[in-house]
Amino acid sequence: MSVVAISPARLLGLLRKEFLQIVRDPSSILIALVMPIVLLLLNGYGISLDARDVPFGVVDENRTVESAGLYQSFANSPYFKPRLFQDSHAAEAALLRRDIDGYLVLRGDFSRRLSGGNQPVQIAIVVNGVDANNARIVTGYAEGAVAIWAAGRLAERGTRFHPAVSVENRYWFNPELRSANFIVPGLIALIMTMIGALLTALVVAREWERGTMEAIMVSPATKTEIVLGKLLAYFVLGMASLAVSVGLGIFLFQVPFRGSFGALILISAVFLLVSLAMGLLISTTARNQFVAAQAAFLTTFMPTMILSGLLFDIESMPGWVQGVTRLIAARYYVSSLQTLFLAGTVWPVLLPSLGALALFAAVFLGLALRRTRRSLE
Amino acid sequence: MWRRIRALIVKELLALWKDRKTRYVLIAPPIIQMILFANAATYEVTGVALGVWNEDRAHLSAELLHRFEDSAAFKRVANFEDPAAVAAAISAEQVKAVLHIGPTFSADVLAGRPATIQLLLDGRRSNTALIVQGYAAEIVDGFNRERLMAAGIGSGVALENRAWFNPNFESKWFILPGLTVILTTVASLLITALSVARERELGTFEQLLVTPLRPMEILIGKTAPGLIVGFVEANVIAAIAVYGYGVPFIGQILLFHAAITIFVLSAIGIGLVISSIAKTQQQSILGVFLFLSPAIILSGFATPIANMPRWSQLITYVDPIRYMLVVARGVFLQDISWALALDQLAAMAAIAAVTLSYATWLFRRKLQ
Repeated sequence: MSVVAISPARLLGLLRKEFLQIVRDPSSILIALVMPIVLLLLNGYGISLDARDVPFGVVDENRTVESAGLYQSFANSPYFKPRLFQDSHAAEAALLRRDIDGYLVLRGDFSRRLSGGNQPVQIAIVVNGVDANNARIVTGYAEGAVAIWAAGRLAERGTRFHPAVSVENRYWFNPELRSANFIVPGLIALIMTMIGALLTALVVAREWERGTMEAIMVSPATKTEIVLGKLLAYFVLGMASLAVSVGLGIFLFQVPFRGSFGALILISAVFLLVSLAMGLLISTTARNQFVAAQAAFLTTFMPTMILSGLLFDIESMPGWVQGVTRLIAARYYVSSLQTLFLAGTVWPVLLPSLGALALFAAVFLGLALRRTRRSLE
Repeated sequence: MWRRIRALIVKELLALWKDRKTRYVLIAPPIIQMILFANAATYEVTGVALGVWNEDRAHLSAELLHRFEDSAAFKRVANFEDPAAVAAAISAEQVKAVLHIGPTFSADVLAGRPATIQLLLDGRRSNTALIVQGYAAEIVDGFNRERLMAAGIGSGVALENRAWFNPNFESKWFILPGLTVILTTVASLLITALSVARERELGTFEQLLVTPLRPMEILIGKTAPGLIVGFVEANVIAAIAVYGYGVPFIGQILLFHAAITIFVLSAIGIGLVISSIAKTQQQSILGVFLFLSPAIILSGFATPIANMPRWSQLITYVDPIRYMLVVARGVFLQDISWALALDQLAAMAAIAAVTLSYATWLFRRKLQ
């Protein structure tokens, strides 16, 4: 193995070459600057789990003041846009057509049983369970609407109102529970992962494919210098995309930024090194752009979307999957960004993540360097 | 003509299959992802780290806390005495939620005064916070109902919930049919978008042009591998979902196959358009990425389209994944009829027709 000696002059020369290449080939600039804008704009508004105006059917076979009152309780709720059905067959058909997410059935004897006896009245709530999560949320909302109506009735009839315990929910760091506040930091992590890996994976794979990688070899530059030159050039480009993404997040999406920019830059720099090194590793292993593209997509986009805590709660995953998420660098970056944006510079959260990322960076950089050197020899 | 096309298809498939790395990239990752993501992509929240700040020493608060401890959703991990400790623990992510019970809680409830408890949630993960808040509301509802019953006052209403097609709200039943569609899209789109661009970049495309093959035949030959790989992959992944994870498949397999074929054609059409516009492989890949990530996020794969703002809902109408997801979930879970699937099939066919003819036009123009 060659001695790692770096000549600043040669490195500078290589850097100049890389920058010229970047300026002349629009695709790296496209990746670094246009991609974050397009991705943030399109995706920033796309992810939201808070249901509003859910189309919901009320089957009213009873048609009395009581049943109309229950319908009204749904109409008053911000969660529902109720539609009246005469019988459950019509509602069932609408549910199958996905015109409504669910419905509630008030039988013909609804009001009689309500005023009649001690037996509680049965109300059936039917939801379309295909989207399990949405179904659960909608069921909860529907139960809430019925509970409000029932409490109102008890109070009206002058029953000594038995006070219920109520829960007051307070959301720290995101009091209005704005989806953008939670999604945008995660998306920035997603974008940085893709950009870092794509830049090196594609660009370097192309050099291999076209044989220009071998061309640099005959220059006096050492292998380490070549790798460092590439990493540094794309690192600058990657930090520029971070600036674009964070700027959009703060000014366009109005996500508060409560942390310090110093911590943001430090953690992002380490994370960027990880994804650049990963891309380098992919491209050196793949040697052709098709495989590199597939590998980059499969190791960046999908795991970041599903395993990083961006959408799904990590602590609720089975133990072995939680173990796997520890190997996903984006996991640490997502949590750091969410904390930096919404909570502030909370070192007890940031430090362990920073440590993990630094470890990743060291391992991937080492592997990428070794791999490149070996394949060049 | 068909002999020539068949020869080209065989050549394309061989080109994919002969390269060991390409072969590996087509087979292993979808299966690994299926196994991993199937377990990860869940909206069920369990064992939420709950902190308790109880200022009430009487038995009612203990009773309420028992209900929280008995639920699988929560795990009591810390007790607090003062707000400063609560704040520190939440920001350090030691607890996801803190239940605060005031000093007069039991006295209020017993005296018939309204009592409020506070649930402090970490809003950094607002998705989780929303779900956790729902669990807490359920627990408190149960507490209230029991006290009303004990006092001899029924609320007069008994609710009976039924979730059709997925009675236990299994996240997997929702995610896995979707994942089948997504993984199929990625494979078929990349194969198509890159094969044309790659040949052009390597110069072998010109060689193809001097063969007796007509442009239309070349196009068909380039479409076929994506279709074949996409179709096979969809079936393999669907089989894993059904046999490996017990997701029901109660619909018609024929409808699934018809829909997957039309859908993959529409993905291929998009791939061909991207590769016809792109000058290099790299631009093709970028095009694919720029198309795929919003197409997946806006498709309704992970979050409902109905919750999106109106303008992004409009964009989803040109996203073929949106339609295929409806059909896939339909045939897996609810035995959707051809009549109900017709709208979705028609929309995908329209996208396929538009993109494929546009690609043909671009392709012809470039050759002239």
